[in-house]
Amino acid sequence: MTDTGETPVLLHLDGLTKAYPGVVANDNVGFKIHEGEVHALLGENGAGKSTLVKMIYGLVKPDSGTMTLRGERFEPAEPRAARADGIAMVFQHFSLFDALNVAENIALGMEKPPKMGDLAARITEVSEEYGLPLDPHAVVGNLSAGERQRVEIIRCLLQDPKLLIMDEPTSVLTPQEVQTLFQTLRKLSSEGTAILYISHKLEEIRSLCDEATVLRLGKVVGSCTPREKSARELAEMMVGEVLHVPERANKDLGDVVLGVSDLSMPSPSPFGTSLKNVTLEVRAGEILGIGGVAGNGQDELLAAISGEVKTSHGAVTVNGTPVGALSPNERRKLAILAAPEERLGHAAAPDMSLVENALLTGAVRKGLTKSGFVDWTATREFAREIIKDFDVRTPGSANAARSLSGGNLQKFVVGREVLQDPDVLVVNQPTWGVDASAAAAIRQSLLDLAAKGAAIIVISQDLDELMEISDRFAALNEGTLSDARPAHGLTVDEIGLMMGGAHSMEVAHVH
Amino acid sequence: MSIKNYINPNPKDDRNPLALFFLSPGIWLLSVVFRLEPRPQPSKLWSIAAPLLAVVLTMIAGGIMFAALGKDPLEAIRIIFWDPLFGDFASYSRPQLLVKAGPLVLIAIGLSLGFRAGIWNIGAEGQYIMGAIFGAATGLAFYPAELWIIFPLMVIAGAIGGTLWAMIPAILKTKFNTNEILTSLMLVYIAQEILKSMANGLLKNPEGHGFPGSRNLAHYPATSNPELIAGTGAHWGVMAAIIAVIAAYILLSRHILGFQIRLTGESPRAARFASVRPNLLIVICMGLSGALAGLAGLFEVTGPAGQITDKFNVGYGFTAIIVAFLGRLHPVGILLAGLLMALTYIGGELAQLQMSIPAAAIQAFQGMLLFFLLAMDVLTNFKIKFGKEAA
Repeated sequence: MTDTGETPVLLHLDGLTKAYPGVVANDNVGFKIHEGEVHALLGENGAGKSTLVKMIYGLVKPDSGTMTLRGERFEPAEPRAARADGIAMVFQHFSLFDALNVAENIALGMEKPPKMGDLAARITEVSEEYGLPLDPHAVVGNLSAGERQRVEIIRCLLQDPKLLIMDEPTSVLTPQEVQTLFQTLRKLSSEGTAILYISHKLEEIRSLCDEATVLRLGKVVGSCTPREKSARELAEMMVGEVLHVPERANKDLGDVVLGVSDLSMPSPSPFGTSLKNVTLEVRAGEILGIGGVAGNGQDELLAAISGEVKTSHGAVTVNGTPVGALSPNERRKLAILAAPEERLGHAAAPDMSLVENALLTGAVRKGLTKSGFVDWTATREFAREIIKDFDVRTPGSANAARSLSGGNLQKFVVGREVLQDPDVLVVNQPTWGVDASAAAAIRQSLLDLAAKGAAIIVISQDLDELMEISDRFAALNEGTLSDARPAHGLTVDEIGLMMGGAHSMEVAHVH
Repeated sequence: MSIKNYINPNPKDDRNPLALFFLSPGIWLLSVVFRLEPRPQPSKLWSIAAPLLAVVLTMIAGGIMFAALGKDPLEAIRIIFWDPLFGDFASYSRPQLLVKAGPLVLIAIGLSLGFRAGIWNIGAEGQYIMGAIFGAATGLAFYPAELWIIFPLMVIAGAIGGTLWAMIPAILKTKFNTNEILTSLMLVYIAQEILKSMANGLLKNPEGHGFPGSRNLAHYPATSNPELIAGTGAHWGVMAAIIAVIAAYILLSRHILGFQIRLTGESPRAARFASVRPNLLIVICMGLSGALAGLAGLFEVTGPAGQITDKFNVGYGFTAIIVAFLGRLHPVGILLAGLLMALTYIGGELAQLQMSIPAAAIQAFQGMLLFFLLAMDVLTNFKIKFGKEAA
């Protein structure tokens, strides 16, 4: 279905405008989606992608402009109406109940669920037809993220959609799971279902999509055939400027700074993953990238190094000194810093101001307290420094952390640690939900920090990111860390196998 | 504590099937009339205006209740809120305001520190009793000596008594992860039994002609806690309450411990990341609230109450929970809330006497105050929009 010009137009958006107080989220947006086309929607955070999608899915009503679905005026008052007209959507965050099985979860989302036995048979049928192996009687709590996504997709497919909207679908998948998903999407497309695919992963868009519409600041700034453009050209269309690619200084690695040896740690929470015999070394000036599907021990590894969970004293060492039994602040004194993945509620307190959040980890190294009393002037100054140096977009440092967009808060959280001159820094998902230019700035700051001689661990699910900045790469799988290998020259298949194991049984036949 | 935990503002969740099932009739009804939109930040204006609006709504709803009981609602409101301060007998009732507000504020300040950190000490009443017993016993041990040191020793003993009683739930929680709400509450009833036993046994007045109750500490100069300024009702306990308000204000706004308390309440995981030791914080917060409750008991037994009797405690420890929330867990708010609560107590008694309004109606009136306050709390974090969502 590459020849989109000959297929009829499914959905025609024309002049869609939606303004919120203080910001025009969509400004005169218009484009066409043809039947059976895989159409990419590209744009930075805040470019207006989600507002646009919400209008199509009936969650938001446009201020002006029209939508035409197969020649008829399309004005969904609510998602139910959109679904009735053949629009389906797979959200980035799943809404599934862990304690129920697949069929029960799907039945809960239906207007008139059929009998459970019939539904299970139908699920099996659809899952086989589209190459999405799924047992309708499996309990969702035991499924991997990729399998959960299949539940959501099958839930949509049962509606027999004409347009399937997918919001950042690959962020939780292994490379092999991504391939399975793409095969499904291609099959759907060949049967005439159009797909609106939202992603910031440019290589995926190039391999999957027939057409792309690029949004910037609420306006359509271009459209193209992604295959004909390089990833860099796509990124520059999105950002509207020449993209700064992080530079890696040629460097000589120093001595081993951070050592973790044979660390086994039961998970502090019942839903976590226990670490098993994790051993790693990071040298001064080195960035160790750790990949793996979320929930395989990433949070636990960060907690063990940051000091939130104590281990046997010798399991974690810095410059040869054991630190495993020290508290987070005692480790901060020794210049061991961390930036956890969960921004709201872990790295930052949602209802506290940025100034208070600067104090949260900065108190020790920045000398923000004197005999227990907080020096708010110095703390405000530190917060301002982070906001300025890391280009955090906020009306002021007195604003609550939760009022910031995810990307801006991420810049604040990473900046807060980087500006404290760590010798050891562990960051989990440093650029998750951050727009392309800000992500480049964050990666550059990590590279600069390494160039100054810090030992850095970057935990991420974005393999492109890890390949871009890591010196060595290792993968976490069910609490076990693979041996670290030089990042340069690793192939996607090799990475997939390092990440693989029980979570992606399809991997077995890759070779 | 906040309603935002129960209402998911994420509109994407319209597909969350179970929530939809349970909430849809209510959401539909509400969404036709008005809906809540989360604010990006808590509103400063509404955090002050909400309690005032709650008081006004309490007057309206309470007035309707009094009218339904066949009483003149305007007169009842006037007797409760106006007469204690400016009425004909105000010279009697005005000093009572500080006498009643003192212990309420002192206890509520201590409780608010724990509540801010998500540590729910519900047993201040028991800590109040134990503070009074420890303090009184210390003073009576010296009877009839006249030394200046006796009263300070009693104050220390009172604080220790309350602290020790609060340490029981604190240690049970840190060692065995018990629920401090249950254990601290149950310890209130144990403290009441100890109080009865003391009034009838160890601390019983040997010259009391067999009546239960200790010697009168207020009549024994070394142990008495007199009115410091005539006609105001202000005794040492009121001074202690004012000091506690100022100290708590500085602690919460300037000290790293106060920051850790607030951080723990708001986001326990971030607190752990900031190197807060949760168990230590439980011990500190329970200890502080126990100490202040114990002090309140000591100042009460040496002053307005005068002696240990089996009817010594009158529920200050429980009312202080309301005061703490009415004051939005803020030291200055608690000071104002304590005064307001004391006013409704004194006014409520006047209304019972002068208009024979039943005591239960007065308690319902005080309950309405808490209800409306918590309901108005929504306005701080949410905007109300009228009309159906323009989606």
